[in-house]
Amino acid sequence: MLIKRAERQSRRGSLAGRVAAQAEGLDRRSFLRRSGLLASGLAVAGTLPLGSVRKAKAAEAGPLTAGATVRKSICTHCAVGCTVTAEVVNGVWVGQEPSWDSPINRGSHCAKGASVRELVHSERRLRYPMKLVNGQWTRVSWDVAINEIGDKMMQIREKSGADSVYWLGSAKMTNEGSYWFRKLGAYWGTNNTDHQARICHSTTVTGVANTWGYGAMTNNLNDMRNSKTLLYIGSNAAEAHPVGMQHMLESKELNKGNFIVFDPRMTRTAAHATEYARFRPGTDIPVLYGMMWHILKNGWEDKEFIRQRVYGFDDLRKEVEKWNPEECERVTGVPGAQMERIAKMFATEKPATIIWCMGQTQHSVGTANVRASCIALLMTGNIGKAGTGANILRGHDNVQGATDVGLDIVTLPFYYGLAEGAWKHWSRVWETDFEWFKSRFDDPKMMNTPGIPLTRWFDAVLLPKDQVAQKDNLKAMFVQGHASNSITRIPESMKALKALELLVIADPHPTTWASLSVQAGRKDGTYLLPVATQFECAGSRVATGRQLQWGEQVVKPIFESKDDLEIMYLLAKKLGFADKMFKNIKVENNLPVAEDILREINRGSWSTGYCGQSPERLKAHMKNQHKFDLVTTRAPKDDPEVGGDYYGLPWPCWGSPEVRHPGSPLLYAPFRSAMDGGGTFRPRFGLEREEKLPDGTTRKVSLLADGVYSEGSDIKDGYPEFTYGVLKKLGWDGDLTETELATINKIGGDKPDGVSWSTDLSGGIQRVALKHGCIPYGNGKARMNAFGLPDPIPVHREPIYTPRVDLVSKFPTLPDAKQFRLPNIGFSLQKAAVDKGIAKQFPLILSSGRLVEYEGGGEETRTNPWLAELQQDMFIEISPADAAERGIKDGGWVWVTGAENSAKAKMKALVTERVGKGVAWMPFHFGGWFGGVDLRGNYPKGTDPYVLGESANTITTYGYDPATGMQEPKVTLCQIAAA
Amino acid sequence: MARMKFLCDADRCIECNACVTACKNEHEVPWGINRRRVVTLNDGKPGERSISMACMHCTDPPCAAVCPTNVFYVTADAVVLNNKDLCIGCGYCFYACPFGAPQYPKTTNFGSRGKMDKCTFCAGGPEADGSKEEYAKYGANRLAEGKLPLCAEMCSTKSLLAGDGEIIATIYKERVAKRGYGSGAWGWQTAYRETIAT
Repeated sequence: MLIKRAERQSRRGSLAGRVAAQAEGLDRRSFLRRSGLLASGLAVAGTLPLGSVRKAKAAEAGPLTAGATVRKSICTHCAVGCTVTAEVVNGVWVGQEPSWDSPINRGSHCAKGASVRELVHSERRLRYPMKLVNGQWTRVSWDVAINEIGDKMMQIREKSGADSVYWLGSAKMTNEGSYWFRKLGAYWGTNNTDHQARICHSTTVTGVANTWGYGAMTNNLNDMRNSKTLLYIGSNAAEAHPVGMQHMLESKELNKGNFIVFDPRMTRTAAHATEYARFRPGTDIPVLYGMMWHILKNGWEDKEFIRQRVYGFDDLRKEVEKWNPEECERVTGVPGAQMERIAKMFATEKPATIIWCMGQTQHSVGTANVRASCIALLMTGNIGKAGTGANILRGHDNVQGATDVGLDIVTLPFYYGLAEGAWKHWSRVWETDFEWFKSRFDDPKMMNTPGIPLTRWFDAVLLPKDQVAQKDNLKAMFVQGHASNSITRIPESMKALKALELLVIADPHPTTWASLSVQAGRKDGTYLLPVATQFECAGSRVATGRQLQWGEQVVKPIFESKDDLEIMYLLAKKLGFADKMFKNIKVENNLPVAEDILREINRGSWSTGYCGQSPERLKAHMKNQHKFDLVTTRAPKDDPEVGGDYYGLPWPCWGSPEVRHPGSPLLYAPFRSAMDGGGTFRPRFGLEREEKLPDGTTRKVSLLADGVYSEGSDIKDGYPEFTYGVLKKLGWDGDLTETELATINKIGGDKPDGVSWSTDLSGGIQRVALKHGCIPYGNGKARMNAFGLPDPIPVHREPIYTPRVDLVSKFPTLPDAKQFRLPNIGFSLQKAAVDKGIAKQFPLILSSGRLVEYEGGGEETRTNPWLAELQQDMFIEISPADAAERGIKDGGWVWVTGAENSAKAKMKALVTERVGKGVAWMPFHFGGWFGGVDLRGNYPKGTDPYVLGESANTITTYGYDPATGMQEPKVTLCQIAAA
Repeated sequence: MARMKFLCDADRCIECNACVTACKNEHEVPWGINRRRVVTLNDGKPGERSISMACMHCTDPPCAAVCPTNVFYVTADAVVLNNKDLCIGCGYCFYACPFGAPQYPKTTNFGSRGKMDKCTFCAGGPEADGSKEEYAKYGANRLAEGKLPLCAEMCSTKSLLAGDGEIIATIYKERVAKRGYGSGAWGWQTAYRETIAT
């Protein structure tokens, strides 16, 4: 039996039969190689049954891949950003070669990256549009599908309003695709547009941006080669970002560095640690404060850094002082002596970095968790220098990009927000009348109201109408590239699946949306649209280090699949706003040109510095990959095409492309000049703040940096963001050209002074600021006290379902409140769980995470035989002590039951010391089973993944971060019994 | 000529299985045949280490010594290859191999196990280099194209090294000297009757 790891023997039998059938069927590459058809005209092989391929002359002898065209794209799994080098012969992807030139992956891949070719020759892809007719999957044409979907949407809009249609997009889309999807929501008239970042790093984006300006990884993977101390809390990079581990392990080796891992599990990453500390899931803040307690006690903090660049240190100190070693150990389980050792390494062996991923973010306290990590970096001055920083590893290949382009419920593209000014800015960029947008919304107020988080879509379907703060409940889900099994509380989402009037799943695979919706009892009103993988699309993607990379189209979309953008075009046309929406975009055979969309992004994205990365510059980077340095990621200054650029022009890349800003590999790094990628903290929260003193009086404290500025700055102190008004005060307005000034006046109308670096479409204000060595957004302080957030100073709050009921009264979750149009009743549930003694009934903590072989909801990777063979069974990790108490044998079947909805799931047990006593862990990639029932028959024939299994989220429970709506799949309670 | 070897640096291996799927991808290896696999020792415990395993292309290969039909031959690069035309599927090589490398496509209790398959060091088989026939039986011949085995070329952490034994030994020695630790060239004593002094 193959479960995880220890015994990795292949299981044969029925699964093997399925794969063998594929080898004899549509395995095009071996077919071609064996039949000598490589030299024939096979450009459309993907859409033809093999029987109808014309026989052609046999290939000449010699290497079979000779004569292949090489195309470069980006791996579509995690966000490391590995270049994929594809060999294509006659339109067929025949081989994958190492991408030696990429400074990020240097030839390497993980199991997923080394097998991506399979994605585009998989015979189990969804081949053509389908719909449910009386509960049966039936083939329909694209025309019919788009027409029926469009008509139904219009009908729902008429009756229930624009907000009743939910637009769930994807981090798998290119920047162009995800940007366009957000735009689709705007033109439809709703802010109910979301994607995977919600359940991935929404808390990072909010927490980190509220600390120092932008919510993204501050440094990058290559830069970690400079680190002396790597501290992981909530990241299992060895499984989630394996190629990133290359840089991390080499850093550890070359610098004889400290490799510290905090994790409830002794992970594959922890196996390489110099120091591993186990802690109880859900206590990240006490762990970090416990560490900071030692730092403050010993005076290891960076006092000068704090004085110049940090706001709110005194407030923070008061909170940290509560976490003495005894209290820290009582709550987290980490011994004080070990904590002191780690604190010393982190604070004194510099440069140090903190690495995190979903271990920190996926909590009802996610935003506070990441804030505590930022605070630890600020306290020790470990930010804005090489080898330091918040190295936040993003999950999907373009989740950073999709977040930046605003495929989100709280903002328009590039973090402009939803206020009127933001809508006006984008109205100008899109050249569409602001009043028209107003007319598209159910109520003009809804334009400025954040949408419903994807984590709550089913609540928005099921809750009584008066509890959903929009015109009506959700009636339709349009899902383009998002799993359903990655969202918690599946038993409740089943009810909503049944209740929806319209469900559209646009994806390369039917996904668990399809199998669960049939199980839920849907008989009609359900459509499957085949979407191409990103290897079949061109466009830019953003790696975790904020680097943009242009991916070429490797092969044309297979079967009847369509490019994401083409589907959006067809839908916009049907819904009647294509002319407005595609005004400045060339459309060829229904396919919008990706380069045109990127140019539009360049024209509007001043706030985030996506303005300098033109398609031409990005393509030049892909062509010249070998010229970039491994550690600095910089190209030699004298190179004619990419001279002086940092690889991937990491944003912010200020000014228009002609300014040739090199990109910013390290955020907030004043040791570099503005035009050299330098930066400062962004003053985003006012210029000063009134504080109450103990004696009742008040004082005003500046939020601008004190005596520190980026290299070569003409202003030798803190300064606010640049506006036309600020330029005038400085006397720099004369540097603006006449054309720039005309644009500023046109935008500003009678108030041109208010036109800023982020709304000036001419780019003049940015250009002038850079000319004077200044950062366009200003030079402020980072905030330890992030006033405005639910917990301005992070405080520990027990998970909704915690085994430590004794701690709930001291560390309760936040009171019930209304957030994102819905009630958040976490407090009531936490209290009820304590009152009802749930922890006695379900005594084990349940956590979840990743396996290296699978990605996200896993349907795509479980459909890839090369990967599926390596993980054939859903399992739960349980400690030997807990297993013995329950009579559970390693490899035996167990029932896992959850704390809500009488949830149950059947899977295999993996008895291992990897988890501590009292903790169980499941991978979250499985799907296709529900409550012990195999749903294989619910997939359209021939599209079922090779491997199915219970979803972890069948067991997970309530819990939402108040600032972002993040779900809580990392801590809940369960019970396990032998089946 | 070079003496080709594999070396897995257990202090770098993170059990990501890139080597396994790269092999599947390059040679279209069917489900159930594992030319390469990753083995983890002390799984989930302190001291956990993983090693990527395949045919090591031994000096004086024990498989060849027991083969009744003379399937095995050694190339000028010291790569141990097998001629599937001669194989009767007796399974002796499986028992002789210290690394568990030989794979058989059939699981029947009776008769032949089918023609043995194993890692070719991406060097194909007896047919003409790069021919369709060679590909169908053995997979790609990267060595003939001047490339090294894809498993090592794609290794996520540069743990798995493949190439001239002296060169990879030097790389490993330098790495150990620089970082100050190394658990040794796993399997070398068995396969090549030598170790790397570090």
